Amino acid sequence: MNKTLITYTLHLADNALVLGHRNSEWCGHGPVLEQDIAITNISLDLIGQARNLYQYAAKIANDAGLDPGNTATEDTLAYFRDAREFKNCLLTELPRGDWAFTILRQFFFSQYQYLLYKKLEQSQDGQLAAIAEKSLKEVTYHLRWSSEWVIRLGDSTKEANQRMLSATDDLWMFTGELFKPADFEKEAVSLGFGVDVEALKNDWMQSVKNIFHEATLAIPNENAWMQTGGKTGRHTEHLGFILADMQYLQKTYPGNEW
Amino acid sequence: MVETQNINTQAIWKILEDVYDPEVPVLSVIDLGIIREVEIVNDELEVTITPTYTGCPAMDVISMNIRFALIQNGYSKVNIKSVLSPAWTTDWMTETGKEKLKAYGIAPPKVMQSVCTPGTFQQEEAIQCPLCNSYHTKLVSRFGSTACKALYQCEDCKEPFDYFKCH
Repeated sequence: MNKTLITYTLHLADNALVLGHRNSEWCGHGPVLEQDIAITNISLDLIGQARNLYQYAAKIANDAGLDPGNTATEDTLAYFRDAREFKNCLLTELPRGDWAFTILRQFFFSQYQYLLYKKLEQSQDGQLAAIAEKSLKEVTYHLRWSSEWVIRLGDSTKEANQRMLSATDDLWMFTGELFKPADFEKEAVSLGFGVDVEALKNDWMQSVKNIFHEATLAIPNENAWMQTGGKTGRHTEHLGFILADMQYLQKTYPGNEW
Repeated sequence: MVETQNINTQAIWKILEDVYDPEVPVLSVIDLGIIREVEIVNDELEVTITPTYTGCPAMDVISMNIRFALIQNGYSKVNIKSVLSPAWTTDWMTETGKEKLKAYGIAPPKVMQSVCTPGTFQQEEAIQCPLCNSYHTKLVSRFGSTACKALYQCEDCKEPFDYFKCH
């Protein structure tokens, strides 16, 4: 029970941290100042969610004596695990690409997170439910912002439309993993604290169709082949580079603080 | 130093009125509505706070400032507990807080019901300019200088201003 709860919590945390880190790469590089601020605010929210989840995972590990010396903290979980131990979906780790790619990924992810947290609010685990309740308010804002940008870019100039189409081509095969449960997710559902992600797929697809329709973008094939692996630690080469960047300081100077 | 058994929680609330948000220095933690409870638990003073936004970097500073203020007033055994549920809402901001915000040049949050749905391009309720009181204003960006604000501009006096968004 504790092990599954930790794995499940780490999976949620890794998704938030890795996408938060990716989005933070736009800091100082956004297409206009207001949107630079918007995407980095979204990063801040995601990293905040990750902190809550890592703190919780560390607490369960320490309380259950699963971590030798009871020394797990939010920092050890973020900075000292290797790529194979990360359980984030592949979608979150792909390089930021152009603005169209970033926007479309954020929309796919926020729509998923919105549906996920709505269910997680009813989790039998009180702390996961509380984190979901708190985060949902922010995710709603991310979803609205990213949906509007998908429409704005899709139904815009030829170049913007073209970039959205190629972003769709590049991202689509990574969306299936969101709804394909790993073993620990199935266990989490049967133990009463996890969310059945397969059951979210129809609502997600419906929303994608609505937004793509408004954006005058062709709706991708629902039955296309999908790439999976991130949830079980089989990542793209890109995650290693993120971790090298993010973990460098703590691995070189362990325990260093500002 | 104040012995735990002599603590009057009303006095604690009073002290907290002088602890301010580092990002919006006109608002106290009481005005913000983030102090949820002050009580004595197991011979220890416990202050329960709730974060405004999950990633708000001001929360750590606020928590530290609460501790400092209490230590300065002789309360050294303090446990600051953070709870996430029920989630903070701008509805918990005091009326005085809203007035102080406006005087500071930030439009205060409106009632919660007007926001927080994922629907796109919704018709927003008009936000009043905190400087000239005109309702003839436009949204510039949904995200502003801090997580809790959006950027607006007044079409009459032309001033850009922050709106403390509903949450």
